Amino acid sequence: MRAPFRLVAGRRAPPRLSTVSNHTHESVTPLVELAGITKAFPGVLANDNIDLTLRAGAVHCLLGENGAGKSTLIGILSGLTQPDEGTIRIDGAVTTISSPRRALDRGIGTVHQHSTLIPALTVLENLMLGDTRRLRLDDAGARERLRELAAQLGIEVDPDAKAVDLALGHQQQVEIVKALWRGSRVLILDEPTSMLTPQGVAELAKVLKRLTAQGQAVIFITHKLHEALTLGDEVSILRQGRIVGRIDNEAMRTKPAEELRAEIVRTMFGDEPAEVAEVAELQEEIVEAKAPRRARPDADVVLEVRGLSAPGDGTERGIEEVSLELREGEILGVAGVDGNGQRALAEAIAGQRRATHGDVLLFGGSVVRLPVTARQKLGLRYVTDDRLGEGIVGGLPVGLNLFLKRVGDRPFWRHGRMQRGLIDARAAELVREYDVRTPSLSTRVAALSGGNIQKVLLARELSFEPKVVVFHKPTYGLDVKTTATVRDLIRDLAAGGGAALVISTDLDELLEIGDRVAVLSRGRVAGLVPNEPGAAERVGELMVGDTAVEAA
Amino acid sequence: MSESAVTAAPARRSVSLRVQKVADVVIRSIVPVVLALVAGGIVLLALGRHPLGFYGNIWTGGVQGSAWQDSAIRMAPFLLIAAGLTLIFRANIWNLGYNGQFLLSAAVVSGYGPRLVEHVPLWLAFVLLFLAAGAVGALWTLVPAVLKAWYGTNEIITTLMMSFIGIDIASLLIKGPFHDPTTPLPQTAVVPLEKMLPPIPGTRIHVGLLVAVAAILVVHFVLTRTSWGLRLQIMGANPRAARHFGIDLKRLIVVSFLGSGCLVGLAACADIMGLWGYIRTGWDPAYGDTIIPFVFLARLNALAVIPFIAFFAVLSTGGDLAAQQANLPTDFIYVLVGLILLFMTVIEYLGRQRSLGTSYLPPGLRQALRGPRGFFRKKAAA
Repeated sequence: MRAPFRLVAGRRAPPRLSTVSNHTHESVTPLVELAGITKAFPGVLANDNIDLTLRAGAVHCLLGENGAGKSTLIGILSGLTQPDEGTIRIDGAVTTISSPRRALDRGIGTVHQHSTLIPALTVLENLMLGDTRRLRLDDAGARERLRELAAQLGIEVDPDAKAVDLALGHQQQVEIVKALWRGSRVLILDEPTSMLTPQGVAELAKVLKRLTAQGQAVIFITHKLHEALTLGDEVSILRQGRIVGRIDNEAMRTKPAEELRAEIVRTMFGDEPAEVAEVAELQEEIVEAKAPRRARPDADVVLEVRGLSAPGDGTERGIEEVSLELREGEILGVAGVDGNGQRALAEAIAGQRRATHGDVLLFGGSVVRLPVTARQKLGLRYVTDDRLGEGIVGGLPVGLNLFLKRVGDRPFWRHGRMQRGLIDARAAELVREYDVRTPSLSTRVAALSGGNIQKVLLARELSFEPKVVVFHKPTYGLDVKTTATVRDLIRDLAAGGGAALVISTDLDELLEIGDRVAVLSRGRVAGLVPNEPGAAERVGELMVGDTAVEAA
Repeated sequence: MSESAVTAAPARRSVSLRVQKVADVVIRSIVPVVLALVAGGIVLLALGRHPLGFYGNIWTGGVQGSAWQDSAIRMAPFLLIAAGLTLIFRANIWNLGYNGQFLLSAAVVSGYGPRLVEHVPLWLAFVLLFLAAGAVGALWTLVPAVLKAWYGTNEIITTLMMSFIGIDIASLLIKGPFHDPTTPLPQTAVVPLEKMLPPIPGTRIHVGLLVAVAAILVVHFVLTRTSWGLRLQIMGANPRAARHFGIDLKRLIVVSFLGSGCLVGLAACADIMGLWGYIRTGWDPAYGDTIIPFVFLARLNALAVIPFIAFFAVLSTGGDLAAQQANLPTDFIYVLVGLILLFMTVIEYLGRQRSLGTSYLPPGLRQALRGPRGFFRKKAAA
C-alpha cells in the first residue's frame, strides 16, 4: 500500500482522497460514477444509458469511432452539456455538474483536444486566468503552485514564456497543469496524442504514470487502439452512444495484447465480420511495419516544388525555400508537428495561396502563376484538411458538393445552366463508387458524418483523372475503417500511375503508406528520410530537429 | 454500400419533408406579420382607436376600387431595390448604402430627364435614363466593392459612409447644376406629365412596374439557375470554401456590388420618371430601410419578395388614409413594420433549433442574433 499523494490546491481544503494502491480497486468507493447517462440531440441519441466508473489511480480509456458519443460524454462530465437522464455520483454522493466552473469545483479538470491557451499571454497568466476567487492576482502564489505541480508531474515549465512560443507538447503540459490547478482529482484528456510527436507521446505517458501514482483518475480518449492498450488501465468501448464493451483492469494486465486487440476490434465493429477482417489486417500492418512498397526511382518527376516560399497566417507558419520532388507512382509523406508550414505548403501547391518565391512545376511546366481551377484541370488536386471549414458547403446537397470544383464547366454546366440530370447521374455513380453513406443525393452534406464528408471530398478530388494529389491530413479524426479505406485510395492512386503528396501529423500513417518521408520543421524541409526500418526515429529527431540531416 | 442506399429516400419521407418546408415558410414568414398586426391592433386599442376599423381602412385605401393601382405604383421602386438587396445579401455582403445610391441616381435622372425627353425620342430617353441611373447606382458601390474585394474592408461601414456622401452630393447637384432656374425652391425642373413613363394600358400604373417585375425575374433566374448564382451562393455560405474551389472572389464581390447598385439606381429612375417627375433637396424616401425586413421575410428569395412587397405597398398606401381617419400620424405604419421586425427576431430565436437552411438570415447575422439557449429543444427519437 502506498500513502496517498494529494494534489493540494493553494487555499482550498484538499479534496478528500481514499487510500488506494495502483492495482487493487475493488474495495474502494469509486471517485466518479456515471449511471444511466442519456443525452439526445435532434436526430441522434448521443449517449444511451451509459454507466461508467472512474477510480483513483487508474487511466480509463474511452475508445470509439467518430460520432460514437465520446465528446458528449466528456461534455457532460466537464459541465458543458447536461444529460437528459441519469445520475452522476462523486465520492458516492449524487451531484449535478451544471457548468465548467462547477466541474472544476468538483475536482474535474479537462484538457481539450485543441489548445485553449491564449497565445499572447505567458504561461503564468494563462494559469491565473481561470482563477477568479480573488480580485488581486497572486503572482507569487501562482509561481509557487506552478513549481509544485511541475515537480509532481516531472516536467519543466518556464512560467514567463509566452504560450505561443511553446511547442505543442509543452502547451499540452501547461494545459494539464491548468486542469490540475485547483486540485482536480479527475483529469479528462480528449485525444491528447493527436498533435504530438512520437517523443511527445512517450513524455505524456510518463506524465500519466506519475499522475496515477498520485491517485488521479484519468479519462483518456482516443481512437487509436495501440494507445488504449499501452496507456489504459481499463478500456471502455463506445459505439453509437452505448458502451458496447469493457475491458477491466484484470484483463488488461493478464491477457496478451493480441487477444485484447482482437477483442476490441470485434466490439468496435460488431456484426460486420468482413470489415473486421479488413481492420484486423490493417492493425497487423501497422504493428509489423510491413516492408514498404517502392516507387521506381527512375520514374518521371511529376511535381517539382523548387525553392517555394509562401506566407503563413495567424498562428501558422509559412514556408521558406521548400524543395520537393514527387515521382510518378510515388507516395511522398510530409511529416511534422502541426503548424510548421503544412497548410502554407499545401495551399501554395494547390494555388490557394500566393507564393512569394520559387516555383511549382507540374510535368515540367510552371503552374505557380495559374489559379486553382487551371491547376485542377491539369490534374493537380488538393484534399483539404479542413473538411467542414472549406471542403464543403454544408447547406448544399451531397450531389452538388461533389461538383463544386467544376461550377460552370462543361459538360455539367452549359451556357451557365446546370445540367441537373447529368450531375445527379454522375453523383450517384460517385456516391456508390466511394461508398458515401447518405440518405439521398439531396441530403445536406453537413448532415453526414465526418468520415462520409471525407469520402465526398475524396470522390470530388479523385474523379476526372487526378494525376498529382495533395492530401492534407487525409485520415485525421476518422475511424479505423474509413482510415483504411482512405489509405487504400491513396495507394490505388499511386499504383495507377498517379502521385500523392501526403501531409500528415500521424507518423504511423506516413510510414505505412509513404515511399519517402520529408520532414517539415519551422517552415523548412528539415530532411528527407526513405521509408526503411528505423525511419520513425530519424523522422522524430528531425521533427523536433535542430539537426538538419539530409538523409536522402 | 449499394444502389439502394442512394435511392432509398422513401417517398413518404420526401412528402413529409415538403410539408415541413411549407410549415416552415408559414411559421417563419407569415407568423411574424400576423403577430405584428395583432400587436398593432392592441396598440391601436390602447390609443383608443378601433383596430378593425383601422385595418379596414387600410384595405379600403390600399386595395378597393382603383386604390390597388396606387399600391402597385409604389411597388415599382420597392421591387427594384428588393431585387438589388436580395442579390447582394445572398452573397452575405451588406450593401447598406442604398439611400445614397438611390438619391444620387434620382438626382441625375431628374437633372437630365426634363431636358432629355424634349430632345430625343421618348423611348430612347427612357432607355438612356434607366441606363444612366443604373450606372450611377453601380458606380456608387464601386469604392466599397473594391475595398471589400482587395482589402477585406467591412462593407457595412463603407457603404453607409458612401451613402451619406451620396445623399449630400445629390443635394449639391439639385442646388447647383440641376437647379430649375425658374423657381427659387431648391428643386429640379419637372418632367412634363405627358413625357413621363407611360401607363400600362387600361390602368394608371406606369411601366416601371413591368421593369421591376422583369428585374425580379432576372435576378431570381440568375441566382437560382446559373453557375454565377451558385458561385455567389457558395461565397455567401462559405467564403473559405469558395477560395478552395478556385472561385474568383474579388471579381464576384465587385460584380455583385455593381449589380446591386445598378438595381437600386433603376429603382430611382422608375420612381422619378414614373411618379414624381422631379426632385427637391431634403427628399429622402429611404425605401430601402422599410423594405429590408420584407427581403428577409422572403428569405432572400427574389420571387417570394413580390407578395411581401405587395403587402407592404398596400399597407403604406392604405395606411395613409387609415392613419388620417384615425387621426394618427402616417408614421404609425412604421410602427407596424417595426413590430414585424421584432416578431421576426423572436421567431428566429425560437426556431433556432431548426435546420440550417430555413433561417432568413445569413450565418453571420444569425449567430449575432442567437442567444446561448433556445426554448424549443426538440427531443430526438431514439
